[in-house]
Amino acid sequence: MTSSETQGPLSMLDRPNSYIGKVVPRPNLDRLMQGRGLYVSDLELPRMAHVVFVRSPHAHAKIVAIDASAAKQMPGVIAVVTGEGLASVITPWVGVLSHLKGLKSAPQSAIAIGRVCWQGEAVAAVVATSRAAAEDAAEIVSVGYEELEAVTDMRTALDSATPVIHPSLGDNLAFERTLDVGAVDAAFAGSEEIVEAEFVFGRHTGVTLEPRAVVADWNAAEARLTIYQGTQAPHMVQNIAALHLGLEESQVRVVCKDVGGSFGIKVHIYADEMATYALAKLLRRPIKFVADRIESFNTDIHARDHRCKGRIGVLRDGTITAFEIDDLTGIGPYSMYPRTSAIEANQVVNLVGGPYRTKNYRARARVVFQNKNVMCQYRAVGHPIACSVTEGLVDLAAAKIGMDPFDIRRRNLIADDAYPCASASGLRFELLSHHVALNKLMAMMNYDALRGEQAALRERNIHRGIGIASFIEVTNPSAAFYGVGGAKISSQDGVAVRLDAQGSVVCQTSITEQGQGSESLTAQIVGSVLGVSMSRVRVILGDTDHTPYGGGTWASRGAGIGGEAALQAAKILRKNILDVAAAILQSSRAELDIADNAVVNASDGAPRIELRELARIVYFRPDTLPPGIQPELMATRHFVPREYPFAFTNGVQASWLEVDTDTGFVKLLKHWVVEDCGTLINPQLVDEQIRGGVVQGLGAALFEKCIYDERGQLTNANMADYLVPMSGEMPDIDVGHVVSPTAESELGAKGAGEAGTAGAAAAVANAVNDALGPFGAVITEIPLTPQLILTALKRF
Amino acid sequence: MKASAFSYARATSVSNAIELLVAHGERAKVLAGGQSLMPAMNLRLLAPEWIVDIGGLGELRGISVNAGRVAIGALTRHADLLKSVDVAAHAPLLTEATAHIAHPAIRNRGTIGGSLAHADPASELPACMVALDATIIVRGTAGERRIPAKEFFTGVYDTALSAAELLVAVELPAAARNSAHFFGEFARRHGDYAIVGLAAQAMVEGDRLNELRAVFFGVSDRPQPTKATAGLVNAAVTPASLSQALEALGEELDPPEDQQANGAMRRHLARVLLARCVAKLLDRSESGGGGRS
Amino acid sequence: MTAPLPILLRVNGERVEARVLPRLNLADFLREHLKLTGTHVGCEHGVCGACTVRLDGEIVRSCLTLAAQAHGAFVETIEGLSDSGEIADLQDAFRKRNALQCGFCTPGMLIAAQDLLKHEKEPGRGQIREHLSGNYCRCTGYQAIVDAVEETARVRRERKP
Repeated sequence: MTSSETQGPLSMLDRPNSYIGKVVPRPNLDRLMQGRGLYVSDLELPRMAHVVFVRSPHAHAKIVAIDASAAKQMPGVIAVVTGEGLASVITPWVGVLSHLKGLKSAPQSAIAIGRVCWQGEAVAAVVATSRAAAEDAAEIVSVGYEELEAVTDMRTALDSATPVIHPSLGDNLAFERTLDVGAVDAAFAGSEEIVEAEFVFGRHTGVTLEPRAVVADWNAAEARLTIYQGTQAPHMVQNIAALHLGLEESQVRVVCKDVGGSFGIKVHIYADEMATYALAKLLRRPIKFVADRIESFNTDIHARDHRCKGRIGVLRDGTITAFEIDDLTGIGPYSMYPRTSAIEANQVVNLVGGPYRTKNYRARARVVFQNKNVMCQYRAVGHPIACSVTEGLVDLAAAKIGMDPFDIRRRNLIADDAYPCASASGLRFELLSHHVALNKLMAMMNYDALRGEQAALRERNIHRGIGIASFIEVTNPSAAFYGVGGAKISSQDGVAVRLDAQGSVVCQTSITEQGQGSESLTAQIVGSVLGVSMSRVRVILGDTDHTPYGGGTWASRGAGIGGEAALQAAKILRKNILDVAAAILQSSRAELDIADNAVVNASDGAPRIELRELARIVYFRPDTLPPGIQPELMATRHFVPREYPFAFTNGVQASWLEVDTDTGFVKLLKHWVVEDCGTLINPQLVDEQIRGGVVQGLGAALFEKCIYDERGQLTNANMADYLVPMSGEMPDIDVGHVVSPTAESELGAKGAGEAGTAGAAAAVANAVNDALGPFGAVITEIPLTPQLILTALKRF
Repeated sequence: MKASAFSYARATSVSNAIELLVAHGERAKVLAGGQSLMPAMNLRLLAPEWIVDIGGLGELRGISVNAGRVAIGALTRHADLLKSVDVAAHAPLLTEATAHIAHPAIRNRGTIGGSLAHADPASELPACMVALDATIIVRGTAGERRIPAKEFFTGVYDTALSAAELLVAVELPAAARNSAHFFGEFARRHGDYAIVGLAAQAMVEGDRLNELRAVFFGVSDRPQPTKATAGLVNAAVTPASLSQALEALGEELDPPEDQQANGAMRRHLARVLLARCVAKLLDRSESGGGGRS
Repeated sequence: MTAPLPILLRVNGERVEARVLPRLNLADFLREHLKLTGTHVGCEHGVCGACTVRLDGEIVRSCLTLAAQAHGAFVETIEGLSDSGEIADLQDAFRKRNALQCGFCTPGMLIAAQDLLKHEKEPGRGQIREHLSGNYCRCTGYQAIVDAVEETARVRRERKP
């Protein structure tokens, strides 16, 4: 336990009327349900203009000439600006981090200069009084291109015959990482069975329902830029906008209001958004950019475009001897800024085999440039790949030796009493619960009954399958993730709490809200620690002018890090309140507590003075206080994980589905998740994060794929052709929990936002292969489309 | 995206609508429900100079049954088709098919006339019209034309309608006493366009099909009636004759390839649908009829 | 070529007179002219359902409807349905069940759900899923929404057996 000022027998988590661990409705939902939220796409400012980008239709081309003369004459047009025009206002960037050794990338401009490198890259900005007018003008901007050969197949990106996208970099290899631990060759040599497979993943994207939207407002008189953006990391945006616009950070304010979905899509720095900031400065008026859906498909980061060869060695008694992978991923022409497009592959190397005891592991991951849209972190970053490969190999090994999938996992998952320990790849685990979780899952799904049902239905030519997937999940990252590489991305967060003049609480936090419940968890913690009802706790977030400095919400860190900061700040405020109360009541802090919005006797809970009254005295009648006392009704605390680079969580998922072997269609019947994310602040919100995450994983498993043709054209950039999960095809998802708190914080909470996505596709793929077992068909590619399944079944 | 600018005229009558179409020709598009036109315009795939809004033409709405024929006005919305007691009684194939069209909000606006004039080869209603032996009624300056459904659909988004003609109604024979129908489609998600679909209308007596009009959609550039079922009509259906029909179907079809399925898979799915269709039609007969399938 | 048109309609019971360009769609009219930003735009091709409103009592995609087509019509948005109290119980169920996260799909989802509940007193879960299958949600994974709609149906049946 961290040193704390624990008073009495109860910890901060067990206070009277504590909200921690309770299901409470999120505050401020009415606003959203009445359609009275304020999303950036709703925002209007005086003299605001709209920007539309002229985008390259070619995957790779020289920009020969841009003629905007006719466009500039169109009604409502304020300006047409090219890359050169913007270059005087905003500097280019390179998406590399020093701790990813060898990662290289080329400078990227806000608007392309001289050359476009992916279909959809902006070549000019049209600013007009309305979006429609800007689109009309954009249509007649005449751009002369000289098409260049496009690199569109990751498998040949490194061939000598393939053009190098950035000659100054020498080749198309952005990053390579290798790892070789234990004695892999000896392990394989000593294996009784070896299974190999190539796992192929469909490139996909986030499809946030509110597209990316920015309003940039440069106030020339104040020399201050206000950026309204649904970013997950406002301080990061502040730093980068200032850096590239030649401003001090104090001249940049980033405001996040309601965000219509992010999942990592809105945590990155986009060229068109940087262009929008620059245009505001150039044109000295607010500029609004809202990507339309087609633009979103073409320019929101893509993710998970991997081909991963995997190999597993096993003994007949089920012992896994070794894992080996060779992963290839094709990103875009630039490594994304500032988090880099190498992190996903790096995670894959780190995470394969993670749940298991196996010490022999060899991995190679290569990240190659392509003339396709940029690629970067999207919910669960790398985990779905690593989990699908690992769990797919484990199931293949089990099938090879005729062992039940639960049994092989029992034999190989790290024992629950083995902690602290490390994975083969060097990940340090504080405390996980793979076996307890596995057993809980088996009970929840009534595994034996399902196997019985499966067998009975097979007799009637109905093919159902069960698939399970164990996983570990990175949460609460320390500076080990980005900071060490030179990125100005904070790994700490802060919370300031104060009592207002009526004894209610105002709380400012540096974590941000995209719907997961950051506001609620903060209010729950502060209310619990302070003894104040949640209805009297107001949370302010998403404003660099009005919150402490912090990292924001991403990589499942909000609850674990921001929550701990809230807890610690509230503890200090509680002490300060009791100090004043003790002075007023001529008592001592040890004899008092705060409950139900009043200072009470610690012994019998009798109210002594209401917070409302205490606040009145402090703020307006300090003359009535004993001499010498300087009351302080505000406290700020920051928190950063120091001991473990990441707080790993663990879980296991199961999928129960039916494959129509006539049509290849998969019906998802049910899904289960058992998750251990430490202390649960609001169990309902955690479960809902898991469900939402699972469905994104189910989308990856069955539906989602960005389909590029060989010319680098994204051919399904609309909602009718890019298939996202809708309610009709999704199953109910049962969620159970194991609780292994982290000792790094008093709260003990780890993250939970991405766990659902990490393992869902793996469970579904294993279930489909289980269903197809009698046919001898094995598929290691997702999305598992009907065509893929029918092809594997050789039905035509 | 925002639609390109256009001029807008609200037609006050059918003849006024035709006048407007004559005046503007290829530069005009008819706006009925807008559920196909508006997405195309919002994506700037289409940029007509004129929009002729026929939404106010009440005379084009309504469903009536007379002397064994069902008449449906062109502006009848899908939602109204779905709810119609007359359609359920006299053309139950339409009721079943319409439930597959998109989603409730789309069905509340989309019209049968619009759907047929749009002639998307993956859509449900054109194939139903052919299966039901419907007549498409269009009106132009030269007066009214009555076009058999099987001649109306001429290609992808292509019909026998000329630029200055308006589709005003469809007529189809009311389902006879021994008739049966089958509707099936395979779509990736509920409400999506079909990968392959089948609309079939039959006459069933005992364990025999006296008549079978099986029309596929999603397999060609227009609804595709199949001749492969010839061997299944007026004869006992045996596993051998069914197998022959399925093989003949495979040979008859030359489906396109797209992101959902290649030609071979579409052929396969068509065979699956036909087999299910025959089984359903005969099952109903074997159970002694009664009730809708 | 594209002169503004006069339109007259009722929005949430309020009489609205406006002059609109023919190409202006109803979603943009509501959001930009009337500042009723509760109706959201997610795709502009009629697939995501975020723009769902009621027009003459029926749910429609406002991104696929021209403002001009709403002339003479009675339009209801999420703001109106909220203020009238018509969906108060449904919103209550959404709150209790956390059937919304980011809230962007929620107005359209509530309107579509209310449409189902008006026509179906005892919808099964499959039926709820089917009716809502034209409303995209990326956050919840749908189960909480289905639960909330099912619960509201139950509450309404109890109130008015």
